[in-house]
Amino acid sequence: MADGTKIVVDHASKLFLEGTVVAFRNVELNVRSNEVLCIVGPSGCGKTTLLRCIGGLLAPSSGQVLIDGHIVHSPRPGVAIVFQHFGLLPWKTVVDNVGFGLKVAGVPRQQLAERVEHYIRLVGLAGFENQYPYQLSGGMQQRVGLARALATHPEILLMDEPFASVDAQTREVLQEELLRLHERERKTMVFITHSIDEALVLGDRVAVMATRPGRVKEVLTVNFARPRDPAAVRAEPRYTEMRNHIWEELRPSVVV
Amino acid sequence: MSKVGNRSVIGPSLMLDSELAAEQRVARERARAVQRRWTTAQIAIRIMSLVVVLGAWEYVGRQINPVLFTYPTAVADAAVKMIASGELWKYLSQSLIVLFAGLSLAAVFGIALGLVMARFWAIDIALDTYITALYSIPSVALVPVLVLWFGFETTAKTAVVFLFTFFPIVINTYQGVKNVDQHLIEVGRAFRCNERNLWMHIVLPAAVPFIVAGLRLAIGRGLIGMVLADLYTAITGIGYLIARYASIYRTDAMFVPVVTLGVLGITLTGLLRFVERRVAPWMHQPEQE
Ligand SMILES: Nc1ncnc2c1ncn2[C@@H]1O[C@H](COP(=O)(O)OP(=O)(O)OP(=O)(O)O)[C@@H](O)[C@H]1O
Ligand SMILES: [Mg+2]
Repeated sequence: MADGTKIVVDHASKLFLEGTVVAFRNVELNVRSNEVLCIVGPSGCGKTTLLRCIGGLLAPSSGQVLIDGHIVHSPRPGVAIVFQHFGLLPWKTVVDNVGFGLKVAGVPRQQLAERVEHYIRLVGLAGFENQYPYQLSGGMQQRVGLARALATHPEILLMDEPFASVDAQTREVLQEELLRLHERERKTMVFITHSIDEALVLGDRVAVMATRPGRVKEVLTVNFARPRDPAAVRAEPRYTEMRNHIWEELRPSVVV
Repeated sequence: MSKVGNRSVIGPSLMLDSELAAEQRVARERARAVQRRWTTAQIAIRIMSLVVVLGAWEYVGRQINPVLFTYPTAVADAAVKMIASGELWKYLSQSLIVLFAGLSLAAVFGIALGLVMARFWAIDIALDTYITALYSIPSVALVPVLVLWFGFETTAKTAVVFLFTFFPIVINTYQGVKNVDQHLIEVGRAFRCNERNLWMHIVLPAAVPFIVAGLRLAIGRGLIGMVLADLYTAITGIGYLIARYASIYRTDAMFVPVVTLGVLGITLTGLLRFVERRVAPWMHQPEQE
């Protein structure tokens, strides 16, 4: 496994509304090539904002983000984002939504159609090709967003709670699918989740964020063997240990 | 439910077993029955309301001096004669040409200007006061100026319709672009859309409902402009019909072009809805049963 650093977040801060809202402060984070870095943290700690900065959609207020050694000013090629709010285009059917990234990248029609079909099947939406987003359930819409990102064959996948709206069983199937994809294609992934379990099952490392101000509190190395079997991971004593540890880390931020 | 590995959990269930097929048939039939009942109810209410309103009109109208008012059967009678003689169509067509010319020009230039203003902030700032001002001034007030510039014939009439319809189209188009969901713009940027792609795939489709609303407004105002142009410039077209029959106290015949205008409004709006359904099927969201 190549161990070069793929993404560098270098002392980055992001403030909103003339500095009155602090999304996150002084974040230092490296993501290695082919690594899956999971981010967990309470609501409002700046996870989405951090991801948007990495994706080049937002400039940090101070500090910088680098991908492959280049300072990120705008969305870089080879990076795909799965949005927390899905971000599907209401006027496009499932096929056209999934093919959106390929279409604007100028991928030839034949190749586009094949890839789109493949990823629609992968996320379990075969049969819904010609539906509009309003005709799909929330979980189905989320999977369209996932397929759209995967279809562009990105080197880097930035995922913002991509399984938040699907049911528990589908979620496990999609987790396994993502693990397989990672085995096969060795992508670099940043994966935001609220689920500690999901972070441990998927991640090579887990960044724990805290709120007020948003910051990275700790980065844990997970180190379970790959290829991974989620059931086996959950059976490991270290899994329970880390799970409890992260839970304790997050506890101070949980507002009751 | 059949289970083929763990994949069937996320796949759509294959709808093969006969029980399900039967349920689907029932659901489909129920949905159609609901739709049918709804349509029937609508038609029934329309007919009833028509009968009541026309009946009342007929009854009241017959009590009143025919110079001052008229009643449906008299209007229908006059209409048959005016249609048969070709009179109605002769004058209506003159007005329709003006209406379509004015509306088309307003649509083309209005949408174009709305888009340009939304895209280029300098043009927006340079022009928006005039647009707002001109939209606020009752368009009637400017008709004499148009007569001064364009004379009394078709050009002037078209200009009047244009004046009545241009501004709502500009303003709605502009609003449509400005109201595009910023999340979707961000999605476009994330997938590295160039400007052309951003407009083709995101901004324009998002603006379609606003543009259509602008056109709908424009149709209503265009009809006003059309009649006004007929009355305020050279008296021709449908305005001429109204004015002439009014001047000879043929109230029944005068109502024929008036009713025609109403029918025209309904037809054009219906046509627009039809086109809208074609170009923007995602906006038409029937309740799913
Ligand atoms: N565009 C914006 N303008 C102003 N404040 C913003 C903006 N975007 C985010 N914020 C603020 O930044 C903070 C972090 O928001 P962010 O969406 O990154 O949180 P998050 O960790 O993704 O939360 P969640 O888990 O609920 O999705 C919040 O306090 C939010 O109010
Ligand atoms: Mg978020």
